[in-house]
Amino acid sequence: MKVTTQNDDDVILRVQGGEKDAFGELVNAYMQPAYYSALALVGSHDDALDLSQQAFIRAYDSIRKFERGRSFFTWYYRILRNLCLNRIRDRASQARPLSSFENAVEVADAADDPAQATERSMLREKVREALGFLAPEEREIIVMKDFDGYTYAEIAELLECPLGTVMSRLYYARKHLKDLLEDVL
Amino acid sequence: MNAMERDRFRLLMMKALDGELAGSEHSEFDNFLRDEECRREWNAFRKVKEATMDLKMTSAPPEVWDGYWKGMYNRSERGLAWILVTLGAVVLFAWGSIEVVAALWADTQVPLIVKGGIFILAAGLFLLFFSVIRERWFTSRHDKYKEVVR
Repeated sequence: MKVTTQNDDDVILRVQGGEKDAFGELVNAYMQPAYYSALALVGSHDDALDLSQQAFIRAYDSIRKFERGRSFFTWYYRILRNLCLNRIRDRASQARPLSSFENAVEVADAADDPAQATERSMLREKVREALGFLAPEEREIIVMKDFDGYTYAEIAELLECPLGTVMSRLYYARKHLKDLLEDVL
Repeated sequence: MNAMERDRFRLLMMKALDGELAGSEHSEFDNFLRDEECRREWNAFRKVKEATMDLKMTSAPPEVWDGYWKGMYNRSERGLAWILVTLGAVVLFAWGSIEVVAALWADTQVPLIVKGGIFILAAGLFLLFFSVIRERWFTSRHDKYKEVVR
């Protein structure tokens, strides 16, 4: 889910002044993109909910460090992303895999040409499966671009990297996906 | 095609897939597509893109959003509760340990070697505890990379 850029300076100022309810406004504004961003990385509803809430609590605890004029969601996303990647690494080291990614993805309302419907539906199923085999960072950038429709500039801002890196990461993520789908392409 | 041209083609291919080609990049990309290998790669990437565009993240049930803020409040409250429980346990454990050591120390029937062992063990545990706390405190205050993913 794509975040619509907005200026949160007034709300942040109130939160920094100690108004807890003002932070509720930020949570309400960003809870959905936060949850879906976490879901793209970790692939499970429970983990996505847990981590997105945990990230909001950390953001609240560090809100005094937030520099006004910046985008709140970009700042928050960095916290969320670190928590998600740490959770994935912790699970990997404990040999407790994250749940299958297939359940985290569904087919959007696609109007298929009946002649190609079966082929495309099979490909979609394979893509759903294959997404689970990508590295979280690869899945993240594909979701940002193809599911959420972020522009390269917006992705660069969220991931805090240059535009060239966005394109390069996107290429390698898609190439990995293409290689996984070799038998159906 | 050399490595530089290949990198350029890949970059333009991403832009073409995502509708971000600008001006002269269109003709530059079309030139690359005269090469059969490039065309094959482009067609495969295009199919991948079409398939991913048909997907979306599974929607969460509406009740998730109704309870989201309350869930955060509960979580934060539980965090505080855990801190208090841990702190209380540490205080009680420390008090109990001191009482046990003091009783053993005062007991004239306990051999001197056991008393010495208890003293060394207590000193070691105290040093360990102090060292961990100091390190944690120092890291939280001075580590520039604490927000970097492990």
